[in-house]
Amino acid sequence: MLGAYLPILLLVVISICFGLGALVLSSFVGPKKPSKVKLQPYECGCEPVGSARERFSIKFYLIAMLFILFDIEAVFLYPWSILFKKLGMFGLAEMGVFIAILLVGYIYIWKKGALEWE
Amino acid sequence: MLESLFFLIVAAVAVLSGILVITCKNPINSALSLILTFFCVATFYVMLEAPFMAAVQVIVYAGAIMVLIVFVIMLLNIKTETDKRTSHAVLISSIIGLFVLFETIYFLNRSSLTGSKGLMDSAMIKSVGHTEIIGKALFTDFLLPFEITSLLLLVAIVGAVVVSKRKI
Amino acid sequence: METIAMPAINFAAIMPETILSVIAMALLLINVFVPSEQKAYLGYLSLIGIVVTFFTVIGGWGTPQEGFNGSVMQDNFALFFKGIFLVSAALSILISDQYMKREECNHGELYPLILLATCGMMLMASGTDLMTIFLGLELLSVSLYVLAGFQRDSLKSNEAGLKYFLLGAFSTGFLLYGMALIYGATGTTRIAAIASYVAQNSLAGSNLMLLIGMVLMAVGFSFKIAAAPFHMWTPDVYEGAPTPMTAFMSVGPKAAGFAAFVRVFVIALPTLRADWADLLWVLAVLTMTVGNITALYQKNIKRMLAYSSIAHAGYVLVGFVAGNAVGTAGIMFYMLSYAFMNIGAFAIIVLVGKKGEPNNNVEDYAGFGFKHPLLAVCMSIFLFSLAGIPPAAGFIGKFYLFSGAIQAGYIWLAIIGVLNSAASVYYYLRVMVFMYMKDPVEEFDWLKVSPAIALCLIIAVAGVLIPGIVPGYLLELAQKAVLL
Repeated sequence: MLGAYLPILLLVVISICFGLGALVLSSFVGPKKPSKVKLQPYECGCEPVGSARERFSIKFYLIAMLFILFDIEAVFLYPWSILFKKLGMFGLAEMGVFIAILLVGYIYIWKKGALEWE
Repeated sequence: MLESLFFLIVAAVAVLSGILVITCKNPINSALSLILTFFCVATFYVMLEAPFMAAVQVIVYAGAIMVLIVFVIMLLNIKTETDKRTSHAVLISSIIGLFVLFETIYFLNRSSLTGSKGLMDSAMIKSVGHTEIIGKALFTDFLLPFEITSLLLLVAIVGAVVVSKRKI
Repeated sequence: METIAMPAINFAAIMPETILSVIAMALLLINVFVPSEQKAYLGYLSLIGIVVTFFTVIGGWGTPQEGFNGSVMQDNFALFFKGIFLVSAALSILISDQYMKREECNHGELYPLILLATCGMMLMASGTDLMTIFLGLELLSVSLYVLAGFQRDSLKSNEAGLKYFLLGAFSTGFLLYGMALIYGATGTTRIAAIASYVAQNSLAGSNLMLLIGMVLMAVGFSFKIAAAPFHMWTPDVYEGAPTPMTAFMSVGPKAAGFAAFVRVFVIALPTLRADWADLLWVLAVLTMTVGNITALYQKNIKRMLAYSSIAHAGYVLVGFVAGNAVGTAGIMFYMLSYAFMNIGAFAIIVLVGKKGEPNNNVEDYAGFGFKHPLLAVCMSIFLFSLAGIPPAAGFIGKFYLFSGAIQAGYIWLAIIGVLNSAASVYYYLRVMVFMYMKDPVEEFDWLKVSPAIALCLIIAVAGVLIPGIVPGYLLELAQKAVLL
């Protein structure tokens, strides 16, 4: 039964090994001559300005929150699309109501300007 | 045999990363451990022959919700870890916790925990398909809860805007 | 290819919910498409919606409708509770406009959120599937979290929203875990099917999974009705939330919690009655005592009413423990009269406050009776009713709750209830002492009664006095709505 997932497991194992391997190998092979400039965080070649630990704006939060809500909407579409033919017109109506209600929310955030970067 | 070995490994990782979530000093490390826990839970779903749940777990929890958690951590910008608290509360709550744990183990040992056997066994899932079973339940018997979910999402949308938009 | 049969929908079973949610969505869109500083018209539109819904509720009386393959059932029990929810939503909307305008947070989202919360309560009352009840409760709770924190520039309101959200999410976890265990034990979430499974399997009573599930569900519901020891959130949330929303959340959600609580426990788990009656007995005594004793020490009138609402949850639990027709009818009668008296009292609190100065301390009411005799009389009526003094409706309600308990053999419970009720008179009367026996400190010249609040007060006074003097008709309705 789990055999079907063997490729995924292999992929995970290989990617972990690849990531770790690159780190371990470079720490053994590469020469190390650290200097102040080399240890600075790379910021497009410019001089770094201020701390990297800036406070995020709350705008990100709103976007992330809206993303989750519509992400959950999308999750419900998967089982519906698999059963689409068997459900027929009735299934279309069911999903229509579901999406219409969320469409109200979408129009609301759009007109409210919540999608704009104010 | 191989499967139960695999389960034990994943379970150990799940418990370990779960403990790391609450013991890490740096909140970002906690969040990363939480992602690992979510992936372990997704693996359990796969082993329980619920691939759709596993996919949802990865897409919604390990994906979207973790993004939100990391945003909130960066929003709060907790600079230093809080002071170490060694008050009596820790002692008292661990005693109560241990008591409840032993009580639970005692009761689990002396009474039956059998439930009714469900319709969805391996053979049924193999013949129909997991996602189809979920879809069929969702669009027939649980149609009303399904439609309420969209109202719930609508309220959450309005709530997110009311709570966090600068000008409303 | 085989097709999947369409479920038996029957829209009549969810008519009130459909109307309310459609109106809520329409209001949401009107709010963004017709920008205006005056949001009062949204309030009036939502009142019209509530009145229309109320007529469908009256129209549905006496004809039980089952819908959606048995996941919802609109019987008299549900309809009576729907009436209570609509009354509390309408009264809260009536007192909202003046308050929200004064505090400069009259955002149009208020009304859709109230309507959707009401919709969630209705689904809790008529849900016959654990999933319907759970999602109704979530719809209600998420709306309430936002409404509690609606006054965005007030720190207290933010605190109330956050506390309510964190503790509410925690308690929802308990409820859902309980439901999951019950599903695991019985293999179904339909309440009727759970009942038949539990009845057919003689061992079900000793099934630990079922018992733990039941206890966890009791914890989740107790949180929603603010029963001790799950009441810790109540005072902070009630104090910080905008006053009209405090009025709303102290009545409607409590009634909804009781509706779902009673339906799940009485219909699905009657064979475990001996177990849950003992549990609720303890809860009822704790809730009444903790609520009343703590209320005695409160200086802030909103906190006092918060503890008093905990105590009232305790009285209603007495009727639930009794579990007979009289007790259950008492629950419904009491929740309805509680809606009138509590929201009425909060309407007066809204009037006494002014922008930036909520005037929530009992001392602020000094001499109120001399400056505004009519409003003070209204307040006295509400307080008398809350204390359970005849001829107010609160007395009749308590009388039925306690006599239900005596009939069922819970004499000690009834005695503890009466003693508690007597203790509560002290803190209600203290407000009246300040109103009538202290010299006025303030002139109360800022106080203006808007027509909406006047209407709310008239309805509330009528709702307290008429069933208090002639309770027959309403009691008959409540008796027809009993589940048994």
